[in-house]
Amino acid sequence: MQNVGVRFGGIVALDDVSFDVPAGSIVGLIGPNGAGKTTLFNCLSRLYECGSGDILFDGSSLLQVPRHLVAGAGIGRTFQNLALFRTMTVLDNIMVGRHSRTGTGFLFNSLRLPVVVREEAATLEKSQTLLRLLELESVAQARVADLPFGTQKRVELARALASEPKLLLLDEPASGLNHEEVGVLGQLIRDVRDRLKLTVLLVEHHMSLVMNISDHVVALNFGRKIAEGTPAEVQRHPELIQAYLGGAA
Amino acid sequence: MKRLSLIGYGVLLLVACVLPFLVSEYRTFQFTLVLVYSIALLGLNILTGYNGQISLGHGAFYAIGAYVAAVLMDKAGFPYWATIPVAGAVCLLAGFLFGLPALRLEGLYLALATFALGVSLPQLLKYHHFEGWTGGVQGVVITKPDAPEFLAVLGLPLNQDQWLYFFTLAITVVMFLLAWNLLRGRLGRAMMAIRDNHVAAEAMGVNNAMVKSLTFGVSAMFTGVAGALGAIAIQFVAPDSFNIFVSLTFLIGIVIGGLASIPGAIYGALFIQFVPNIADEFSKAAPWAIFGLFLIGFTYLMPLGIAGAIRLGLARLTGKEHNSQPGKP
Ligand SMILES: Nc1ncnc2c1ncn2[C@@H]1O[C@H](COP(=O)(O)OP(=O)(O)OP(=O)(O)O)[C@@H](O)[C@H]1O
Ligand SMILES: [Mg+2]
Repeated sequence: MQNVGVRFGGIVALDDVSFDVPAGSIVGLIGPNGAGKTTLFNCLSRLYECGSGDILFDGSSLLQVPRHLVAGAGIGRTFQNLALFRTMTVLDNIMVGRHSRTGTGFLFNSLRLPVVVREEAATLEKSQTLLRLLELESVAQARVADLPFGTQKRVELARALASEPKLLLLDEPASGLNHEEVGVLGQLIRDVRDRLKLTVLLVEHHMSLVMNISDHVVALNFGRKIAEGTPAEVQRHPELIQAYLGGAA
Repeated sequence: MKRLSLIGYGVLLLVACVLPFLVSEYRTFQFTLVLVYSIALLGLNILTGYNGQISLGHGAFYAIGAYVAAVLMDKAGFPYWATIPVAGAVCLLAGFLFGLPALRLEGLYLALATFALGVSLPQLLKYHHFEGWTGGVQGVVITKPDAPEFLAVLGLPLNQDQWLYFFTLAITVVMFLLAWNLLRGRLGRAMMAIRDNHVAAEAMGVNNAMVKSLTFGVSAMFTGVAGALGAIAIQFVAPDSFNIFVSLTFLIGIVIGGLASIPGAIYGALFIQFVPNIADEFSKAAPWAIFGLFLIGFTYLMPLGIAGAIRLGLARLTGKEHNSQPGKP
């Protein structure tokens, strides 16, 4: 992430933000409402164009990668306000998550050639593994829209993991969860990171979650980076305390 | 549930096979048209039901398919069966090309653009520079195919209507199998994902532009194949038989039959073939009023289409709590 800037008309959503996300780490991204956290995610998944700066992933620039190839490049994400395929089943949602890891086309699929049958079997198997990992087996055939919010959040996480990302972007995974669920989620994120050897960039307002599981924390305010360091260092940072308590938000 | 629907399809196919031996030639002809419409509706359902792109102009692709078949038979001496793949290929290309600029349009705007296609095509068919092929307003008359001789030798003499019915049935089965395969695989899921949330679909790696325009092409191909079969069955094509009403009828068919449902295409086809006739018998003076009543009645009683109602009914019968989700073939 190098000197990234984004503006919407007159609003500067991100201003010259730079930081690194070391492979295998969990990096927490915090900041008051409107700080630009989601905007930063949207730059990473190419939903927004960066006006300036560059984003390097695995040594090459992301800014040349078309939107639909970001997942294939190894970046998976969840959305702040859930972006599930609501009329589809839980299993189908997760199977769509593997789209970037499969490649058969219209003709082969219409004829259901053996390569398609094999690919589908592999997709199904991977997706079932994720169902088990996130304890979604009992609702596999349920329509996503019919499920409670917390379950939907797990479906979205499973869908993001289905593409076997190297970097996982989580936008407020704890919002709407109760205290106990947040604890479980924190454990789960660490677990998944260890097991699947992921790098995680975590946007979260839930401070105890961020501070507990992050190796490194970056704080934004009004589109600028105001602090960076270990959770302990950042917590003591005067500008951050100012941003959260000083009425600036 | 899976086994149940397999048995269901088996029974349906069996009924379809004995049907022409039980009913009159005219009824056989009508059921041939039901099969034709079911392919057209399946095509539109792939686009609108599964992919969420509304088309108010699919009659245009039906017309193109019909004219390709008619002109090839009349002017180029093609045997009737050989026109089917050509009609499909032409419409695949036409649909794909139309789908490319249509990518920029969403929802009702796409509906308007396709409506423009639907209203303008019949006029193009009348264009006098094309008259040499299309026959202008007169249209093209084609001869009805005979059953192949070997059937009589095998002791299975079929009359023309019966043969045409079975020919259409065979192609219908093939088209339904192709659609089923496509929709239950990764691209079918991608289509539905785009329909439900196109931003998330792209974030999952779906090439929205490609999938949407190819879906448009495939959809047009199905409808074009139906058009060719319809032309052969009716033995006549003329611009005025492909007015905008055809497009609207197809849209009615998929909504009544059941959006995003494969068997829904068959129910919808039965509806658009027979309900206008029934309405006509009720009242010669105001058949459309009766048709309208049927339409309102069906949408009121079966908000998820006939397919949705059947799914719910079956779920109650088998006592299983089954979700009434559309989108599962
Ligand atoms: N598409 C957009 N068009 C115009 N302005 C936008 C757009 N997206 C974000 N913004 C603006 O950019 C700024 C940063 O928004 P962003 O959503 O990134 O904040 P955030 O840090 O994710 O906040 P929150 O914690 O509330 O989710 C805000 O002022 C917001 O209004
Ligand atoms: Mg946000």
